[in-house]
Amino acid sequence: MQYLLLIYMQESEWEALSSEEHARRRKEFDEYSIKTSQSGHLVGGNPLHPVRTATTIRSPKGRLEMMDGPFAETKEQLAGYFLIEAKDLDEALQLAKECPGSKYAAVEVRPCAPRGG
Amino acid sequence: MTDPAALRSELDRIYRADSRRILATLIRLLGDFDVAEEALGEAFAAAMEKWPTTGVPGNPYAWLVSTGRFKAIDRIRRDARFIPELASTQEPIALPRPELGEEAPIVDDRLRLIFTCCHPALAAEARVALTLRVICGLSTAEIARAFLIAEATLAQRLHRAKEKIRGAGIPYEVPEASVLPERLDTVLAVIYLVFNEGYAATSGTSLLRSDLCQEAIRLGRLLVELMPEANEANALLGLMLLHDSRRDARTSPTGDLVLLDEQDRSTWDQQAINEGVERVEWALKSGFAGQYAVEGAIAALHAQAPSSDQTDWRQIAALYQYLLNYRPGPVVELNHAVAVAMADGPEEGLRLVDSIAARGGLEGYRWLPVARGELLRRLGCKAEAAEEFRKALGMTTVEGERRLLRRRLQEVGGT
Repeated sequence: MQYLLLIYMQESEWEALSSEEHARRRKEFDEYSIKTSQSGHLVGGNPLHPVRTATTIRSPKGRLEMMDGPFAETKEQLAGYFLIEAKDLDEALQLAKECPGSKYAAVEVRPCAPRGG
Repeated sequence: MTDPAALRSELDRIYRADSRRILATLIRLLGDFDVAEEALGEAFAAAMEKWPTTGVPGNPYAWLVSTGRFKAIDRIRRDARFIPELASTQEPIALPRPELGEEAPIVDDRLRLIFTCCHPALAAEARVALTLRVICGLSTAEIARAFLIAEATLAQRLHRAKEKIRGAGIPYEVPEASVLPERLDTVLAVIYLVFNEGYAATSGTSLLRSDLCQEAIRLGRLLVELMPEANEANALLGLMLLHDSRRDARTSPTGDLVLLDEQDRSTWDQQAINEGVERVEWALKSGFAGQYAVEGAIAALHAQAPSSDQTDWRQIAALYQYLLNYRPGPVVELNHAVAVAMADGPEEGLRLVDSIAARGGLEGYRWLPVARGELLRRLGCKAEAAEEFRKALGMTTVEGERRLLRRRLQEVGGT
């Protein structure tokens, strides 16, 4: 089944890093992507731009309401995600543990529900 | 066997002996707790109906598993017919587990299920509830009563846990070797928590509480039977048996709590002590003393001592010191201080207790004033001791403890 690994970190902390540290961490994420892709676990994934670039919309009764910013203001922000294929939660948790995100922040593991299920 | 009464009692026997194992296998085969539980009921109903004419099959476990599984699949198909989208799909009804087959697996299904129920991705209280419900077979009403929570709350907790197991894909597997030690720790922690809930009796009636101890010991036995080489599992079972050997001596006929030094040691269960000591010693021989082996060693020293005075308090103090590596914190420190007081005298004990109290973290912990009061009493400081016992009285609502404390209070001249 598929699991979404949601990486939460403090953007301010990330942005305060030196450019060398940035590059080093990005490389770690790249290596993780390559490794999980080669092992057949990776389905997709991306880093995300900061939440200040987010737009949240609702359209109750068909009327569009638009808001600058994320759905919820939180201490840590969603910074990126990986969509992975794993045989069960134990394998998914192992992949989450190996994800550099778990070293620098928190990784939420969410099982994907089957479509139309 | 066509005599209905004899058949009935044979079925009862099989239910008591095997229903949990059958349920565990059905859960693995059907991939769903609730479906498996219904299938279990249907399998036994079918046995009631068929066995009077066919006789009891050679392998009742296999017959009941196979019947339960067919009944479940049947019902899923039947239900699906009323949901057009499902009935028309090409795929067979999605039974989550492909490896169907009811031959006895190499790994006992109950062991897989223990690891599922005690999975660290579940909330701690859900692990306990699920283990008691699924592995021990206690009803939701029984578990709710034992933990003093509303049955609806417990039912909701169980429902959420099952939903998470299904939704998140928590496997029915014994974890692989690389993570087995830490996962086994979680299982042992659940069992010990059930035991302590029964043993510590912070509230509730004593009857229900000692049932929890018995369930924990039964779980410990099952785990040791399924993983005979696991040191810490053996140590935990030994430790629980040693604690439980004093069950009858811990309360007076009127229900008062009796502390260790005043217990009638002739009422200690010698058989439980022998087995407990043997298991703890076996675990210690492995060369690695884990948390339960160390606690077991302490319990064994108490259990083998002819009296409080003839107890090897110095070694007990050393073991508590060592236990702090596993369970750091003021509670173990307090136990250490009490052992030191027994070995080196109450002054030294009081000095340690006061330094623990000064560091904080034991506010509201009733055994702190009890220990302090005892030490002051032994030092002849009656008024100060009385004050401590009064403090302790204000911290407990357990009637047996309150009676003991009131008696102590009288002994030091307080009222």
